[in-house]
Amino acid sequence: MGKRLFRWVDERLGTSHFARKAFDKIFPDHWSFMVGEIAMYCLVILIVTGVYLTFFFVPASGEVIYHGSYKALQGARMSAAYASSLDLSFEVRAGLVMRQMHHWAALVFLAAIVVHLCRVFFTGAFRRPREVNWIIGVTLLVMSMMNGFFGYSLLDDLLSGTGVRVGYSIALSIPVAGEWLAFLFFGGEFPNTEFITRFFVLHVLLLPALIVGLLGAHLAILWRQKHTQFKGRGRTEDNIEGSRLWPSYAAKSVGLFFIVTAVIAALGGLAQINPVWLYGPYDPAQASAATAGSQPDWYVGWLDGALRVMPGWEIRAFGHTIANPFFPGAVLPGLTFGVLYLWPFLERRFTKDRDPHNLLDRPRDAPVRTALGAATLSFYTILFIAGGNDVLSSVFRVAPESITNLFRVLIFVVPVLVFLVTRSACRSLARDHVHPFGGTVGSRVRRTPAGGYEAVDDDDPPPAEATRADLVAEAYRRPAPPAP
Amino acid sequence: MRTRILTVLALVGGALGVALLRVGPSAAQVRPPTTVPGGPAEVEAGHQLYAIACTTCHGTEGEGVEDRGPSLVGVGAASADFYLSTGRMPLDRPRTQAERKRVAYSPVQIRQLVAFVASLGPGPVIPRVTGAAGDLAEGNRLYANNCAPCHSSAGAGGALGHAVYAPPLNRATPVQVAEAVRIGPGAMPVFGPDTLDDEQVASVVRYVSYLRKPDDRGGFGLGHLGPIPEGFVAWIVGLGAMLMAVRWIGTKD
Repeated sequence: MGKRLFRWVDERLGTSHFARKAFDKIFPDHWSFMVGEIAMYCLVILIVTGVYLTFFFVPASGEVIYHGSYKALQGARMSAAYASSLDLSFEVRAGLVMRQMHHWAALVFLAAIVVHLCRVFFTGAFRRPREVNWIIGVTLLVMSMMNGFFGYSLLDDLLSGTGVRVGYSIALSIPVAGEWLAFLFFGGEFPNTEFITRFFVLHVLLLPALIVGLLGAHLAILWRQKHTQFKGRGRTEDNIEGSRLWPSYAAKSVGLFFIVTAVIAALGGLAQINPVWLYGPYDPAQASAATAGSQPDWYVGWLDGALRVMPGWEIRAFGHTIANPFFPGAVLPGLTFGVLYLWPFLERRFTKDRDPHNLLDRPRDAPVRTALGAATLSFYTILFIAGGNDVLSSVFRVAPESITNLFRVLIFVVPVLVFLVTRSACRSLARDHVHPFGGTVGSRVRRTPAGGYEAVDDDDPPPAEATRADLVAEAYRRPAPPAP
Repeated sequence: MRTRILTVLALVGGALGVALLRVGPSAAQVRPPTTVPGGPAEVEAGHQLYAIACTTCHGTEGEGVEDRGPSLVGVGAASADFYLSTGRMPLDRPRTQAERKRVAYSPVQIRQLVAFVASLGPGPVIPRVTGAAGDLAEGNRLYANNCAPCHSSAGAGGALGHAVYAPPLNRATPVQVAEAVRIGPGAMPVFGPDTLDDEQVASVVRYVSYLRKPDDRGGFGLGHLGPIPEGFVAWIVGLGAMLMAVRWIGTKD
């Protein structure tokens, strides 16, 4: 029966030919190639848990009076959206664990995307011919960040309401287009009754569809262009060395899916995230309503930090005052993602390297690129930490003003230092052929017949440039084994 | 059979252990209603204690010393009890924010000092509250509007700028919470009877008592500090575990 069905499908779609080729596809054996897969499996979990949440979440801002089982909010006025997120946490079977898994998966998803981006950047995997996939990848990052923000804003609790207010102010601060943009995304002046519906459509429909579609393109292009690989004996620009998809790589990948699911499920079940019932409903009538320690989720943290570090200057241009949040809230992310999008082309301009590359650089092989990347990471890390200036202030008992001033200096000094240190570290690593983490320290010595010692030159042999054809030719030159 | 008995014993023991762990500092602890401080003997004893440790900053008769400490005339029993029972007074370094620390006096001594300070002039009395009276939901609403902006939704405290901090509320007793509401210690505003009546204060106290051990149905509370610890857990525990897994299964050896 199964055989007949298989033949029926195969005769019409040619499946077996495709499958035979696909099963033999080679995946390189290096752990760093699986980081993107972590993100992909987080996306699977996000979709599954997200569908479950959508059954119960009510995307409406109409006011209701709460009569659920959480005692401390009995009789409180709140939006239907917030009430339904309370029901998800208290009434719906498995609702809370699903909501927590969804939120943890979102945080890890973004973290995995960032690490994957770093892998691609620091090994030069974005170079020709993979610029298109780099652009798609950056777009996936931007969309995932936006979707995260829309997602946690939907719950309409006191914390997220504060975040939406900040987002609204940033949108408004954009010269000329700001008001229209704000009305487009927020459906009118904030606070209002429209934004939850808009965010909901964006969060569960538009952005997920785009993310899944772009991920499909990302993978299809990867499939077509084949993987990159690190240099090594027998590895060339034209071959690929690794495990076949079936069975070895498939087993690894499925195993990774189970591990990712297990970690997210464990976090969702054991570690409380975003306890909306403790934040309480966002009360638009209470204009000053906020909670101390208001922070966004980590992937928006650098933007919040930029808002906090930006001095309160009034900047005038073209006879108008440009609203202050425009610079940290709109110009900075615009520059960030603009440079990120253009990086493959910018780098080509400076290195004049137009060749296609299927062999990867080690980070040390491109000291300037690696140092620039490290400096950029340090810049955003400092911004992220600056976003927690109030939490740092209460933990370390230093006035938040002093912390902010300190960050205003660090933000310029640290990236420069990181650049210089990284560049020199890369150069010395490249010279000494030592692995930064796994290499042996010191050198091997040999005892001479006279009883003295001398150093043994223990450098790795340089990566072989031999092509497969050369290797095959070399194999043929060896004397044949004697016949038994 | 034997194993079954052992299992039952283990279960009972475990449950007992959990129950014991759950008994923290009782939120509903009732203090004697010391609204009216003691008689002349207590005031006199309090005056003697006062003369030893307090005069440098507050003056010999509680009139205050410029640039060192405020006058205590009319601050009332509530103020004295709040500052002494939370260990905030005596203050090590004048002109810094008084913070909760080890209490310097015994309960009897505190009562005597309170009696002396109260005798200096009429002021707020020590409120009679327990953590059990009042309306929880009403307390939540009042807390969100009046307290959360500085002390945070979960009562974890926060920074207010210029080295002023709203302290975390997890160690405050019901009476201390009510006292703080009424006297407004440090940078905190005073919430007098016209702003919050006694019933409302009782509700706030009930909610703050609840926050000492809130419903953490989602698991470990992560200090109730919001998205920052959550981000660290996501990176270090979540992605960290996955990266180790990837190193384990992704490397050919």
